Amino acid sequence: MRALFLRELKLAARVGGGALTGLLFFLAVVTIVPFAVGPDLNLLARIGPAMLWTGALLASLLGLDRLFQADREDGSLELLLMSEHPAALMVFIKCLAHWVATGLPLVLATPVFGIFMNMEANAILAVMATLAAGTPAITFIGAMGAAVTVTLARGGLLIAILILPLVIPLLVFGVSAAYGAVEDPAPFWAPFLFLCAITLLFSVLGPLAAGHVLRHAAD
Amino acid sequence: MRLVGEKVEVCRGERAIFTGLAFDVPSGNALVITGPNGSGKSTLLKAIAGFLKPTAGSIRLEGGDPDKAVHEHCHYLAHANALKSQLTVAENLAFWQGYLGPGTEIGEALETVGLPGIGTIPAGYLSAGQKRRVAIARLLVTSRPVWLVDEPTAALDAQSEVRFADIVSRHLAAGGIVLAATHQPLGLDAPGQLDMAAQKAGQPA
Repeated sequence: MRALFLRELKLAARVGGGALTGLLFFLAVVTIVPFAVGPDLNLLARIGPAMLWTGALLASLLGLDRLFQADREDGSLELLLMSEHPAALMVFIKCLAHWVATGLPLVLATPVFGIFMNMEANAILAVMATLAAGTPAITFIGAMGAAVTVTLARGGLLIAILILPLVIPLLVFGVSAAYGAVEDPAPFWAPFLFLCAITLLFSVLGPLAAGHVLRHAAD
Repeated sequence: MRLVGEKVEVCRGERAIFTGLAFDVPSGNALVITGPNGSGKSTLLKAIAGFLKPTAGSIRLEGGDPDKAVHEHCHYLAHANALKSQLTVAENLAFWQGYLGPGTEIGEALETVGLPGIGTIPAGYLSAGQKRRVAIARLLVTSRPVWLVDEPTAALDAQSEVRFADIVSRHLAAGGIVLAATHQPLGLDAPGQLDMAAQKAGQPA
């Protein structure tokens, strides 16, 4: 399983691996917003967490369609399923590596992008914490979508539409926790813990469902 | 060890590809599966590899590890070579070795397929035949008793075909089992034959 994790990271880092695609998309979204909103710094700071979350969420959706499809095209997927490891564990490791390659850079880039949005330090920290807690769930939910659409040539948009209803709660709790950190009466911990709970739930459910689908989609 | 199939029926969609198929391959023997295109050769290999569930009958491996499913004893060499073009040949093989289990050392396996010293080259730079030989080397870097090979010698030159026959013979001599779906003779001594055309052609179920 360590071999799989390292291979996924290597593939993401090599040419055409797509590790930077999400980050660049995130950068593009966050760069455009201040131009669209205008020079109102207070407004920017207020919508900052929401914009960062929206950007990060859309960026996380980008590479999901290749999660299993690349392996299916070159025949690796069948062999991955032939090991003694359960399919769900294989999916879990792939998701983990996918998140480290595409989700973690988004979290790490958040401080820089937060400055673009004129956000104060603890708001930036809160967004980082919520993104770190919430974006893994996007990958796990996305794995289910990617598994269902693995046989489709242009499954990317379909995945986004399939999983969007499931990732909306992440957005809601993530953004409200980030606001809770800066606006006084609003709580931080309650939505943050909900966010963590959703991630934990899908870290089990996602790989199980995706593994099951992949086993039966090999036809 | 013996790989036994009894009254195997496999459907894809509503169509039965074959039905009532039987085979029995003891350890140290090869079974060459022949038949026209679309007669279900690949389907049979996929069913043994666990990707398709037989709708009737059973496929079992007698004398295997009882804790493992049949497909966990099998190597599967399909039309696709399962190589990542961005990774080097050695990285590709090292991954499969790490993931599927230990076997022959990588340099030695590459030498056996006639590609010594190619390990540091990205797999994307190789020709179709060379990729095929690296895929064959994958069978060696992890040791598994049952080899399911689908058109194994496609894209191989004559010399490599001889080499592949030699690799298969050695695997058989070590007590392995090989099931090969192929149109070309593999150069084996008296392998078992399974002619899919002799099976009843698939009728709508």
